[in-house]
Amino acid sequence: MTDNPSDAFLHQILRDTKTIACVGVSSNPVRPSHFVARYLHYRGYRVIPVNPGQAGKLLFGEVIRADLSELADTPVDMIDIFRRPDAVPAILDQALEHLAPHLKTVWMQIGVQNEEAAAKARAHGLNVIQNRCPKIEYQRLFGELRKAGFNTGIISSRL
Amino acid sequence: MTDRPSYGFDTLQIHAGARPDPATGARQTPIHQTTAYVFRDADHAAALFNLQEVGFIYSRLTNPTVAVLQERIATLEGGVGAVCCSSGHAAQIMALFPLMSPGMNVVASTRLYGGTLTQFSQTIKRFGWSATFVDMDDEEAVKAAVDENTRAIFCESIANPGGYVTDIPAMAKIADANGIPLIVDNTTATPFLCRPFEMGASLVVHSTTKYLTGSGTVTGGCVVDSGRFDWSQNDKFPSLSQPEPAYHGLKFHETFGELAFTFHGIAIGLRDLGMTMNPQGAHYTLVGMETLSLRMERHVENAQKVAEWLEKDPRVDYVTYAGLKSSPYADRAKKLYPRGAGALFTFAVKGGYDACIKVVDSLEIFSHVANLGDARSLIIHSASTTHRQLSVEQQEAAGAGPSVLRLSIGIESVEDIIADLDQALAKATA
Repeated sequence: MTDNPSDAFLHQILRDTKTIACVGVSSNPVRPSHFVARYLHYRGYRVIPVNPGQAGKLLFGEVIRADLSELADTPVDMIDIFRRPDAVPAILDQALEHLAPHLKTVWMQIGVQNEEAAAKARAHGLNVIQNRCPKIEYQRLFGELRKAGFNTGIISSRL
Repeated sequence: MTDRPSYGFDTLQIHAGARPDPATGARQTPIHQTTAYVFRDADHAAALFNLQEVGFIYSRLTNPTVAVLQERIATLEGGVGAVCCSSGHAAQIMALFPLMSPGMNVVASTRLYGGTLTQFSQTIKRFGWSATFVDMDDEEAVKAAVDENTRAIFCESIANPGGYVTDIPAMAKIADANGIPLIVDNTTATPFLCRPFEMGASLVVHSTTKYLTGSGTVTGGCVVDSGRFDWSQNDKFPSLSQPEPAYHGLKFHETFGELAFTFHGIAIGLRDLGMTMNPQGAHYTLVGMETLSLRMERHVENAQKVAEWLEKDPRVDYVTYAGLKSSPYADRAKKLYPRGAGALFTFAVKGGYDACIKVVDSLEIFSHVANLGDARSLIIHSASTTHRQLSVEQQEAAGAGPSVLRLSIGIESVEDIIADLDQALAKATA
């Protein structure tokens, strides 16, 4: 199932995505959510922070939004959820209401999994990734983790 | 983990970690003999130093050739990542370093390589660490040895000097129950014969000097992380679960998840302990590993034949090989190490210490060296060499008493190995 997404599927998402709304990102630089979002920004994605507690401040050159309803006119390709699993359904509903039809992917971070919401998102034609980190997958699939001796699972004799 | 194809061991030992060199198309992994790496710009340098981007800064930390070896060993062990270092002894310190602090202890098997017994009983005391040694066949004793300051359980898969195979699942259960990792030294078995992570171990260490390299060319070590230990489940592992001052308060486990131990090994371990593997050394081990499974099959096949021959010989008191039906560990070896009980074992010569010395001095094909896991057959009298620093009681507990010779059976023609032992025993017992 998509809980075990193929490398090709992950690769395609990370290649085609341009704009990511990071829901629940922290402005504290040592928090993992900040670490991940900052990496995605560094890799050239447009990263739009969403966090009601920090709304109005600037992060990664973007104004922090209070929630996804503020992004109705923005071509968001993917939402990356850094919230508890039980917060996912409400976030998904907002995304379906305000970000469709442009939205393509709902990504839930490591430790975030909600099968009901995942099924609903898939029913709306969205790609769903659960319990994964886009930073780690990007680093794994685009050769970075290989530089430090991680098991990337990639076997290829092509140049 | 994904729907990517799962490859066989023989394929992985050749391909894992490697790819044709993107700059030249070179098919064999190039030896990147460089100390430093140019930053693209200031942002790139900052991202690397912040651990934001994974890349190359300085070869004390990471090197492209060494990285291929790390990924290959990690893959063969079924772990998430690996850190190579300068020797097997370095690997043991690198494995313990993130777990320990002054006052903490490791519960270790009495059946360990003599050098490890010395490292654990003497040298680590200077860090304020200590080791409690227990007979790992006595599970109650192991449980009793673990106290609130224990940070790991440590054993060898096939224990040096041989003949003993550790019940890794039983040790893993005790480690789990105490919220601490089981570290298995898998040097003598290699991932071809023994799968410590599948038996519940959390960390594996290697002396890559031995079977992984295979021809006795270079020393090296490796720490492999299964990625399955939850470093934040208790307050025992602050180096991994608590803010790291050297990285602005970043928490390794929270930030890197299952990759935390390996990142810590590079960013703290290699950075500050500096026990780095060099790229030339990594090259020898990479080439050696391409034939690991083929060599191990032959090592095991020869060891079985030699052990059976020795056991029938009237000049021999006993043979400890776990692949023999007479071994008290035969059932365990069959169950946990189905491809064979390795190629390292001891035998006792009738005639004791003096006869042992004569056997060693009479051999032509066997080399008298303090090493194991070479393509060549090797012999050593542990009591007068590797286990010399130990008391006779410790020697006996480690299976290395005065009348015992340790063999590391090579991949030569087995009839020649046996003939050499035969003529040496004849001279020694004449």
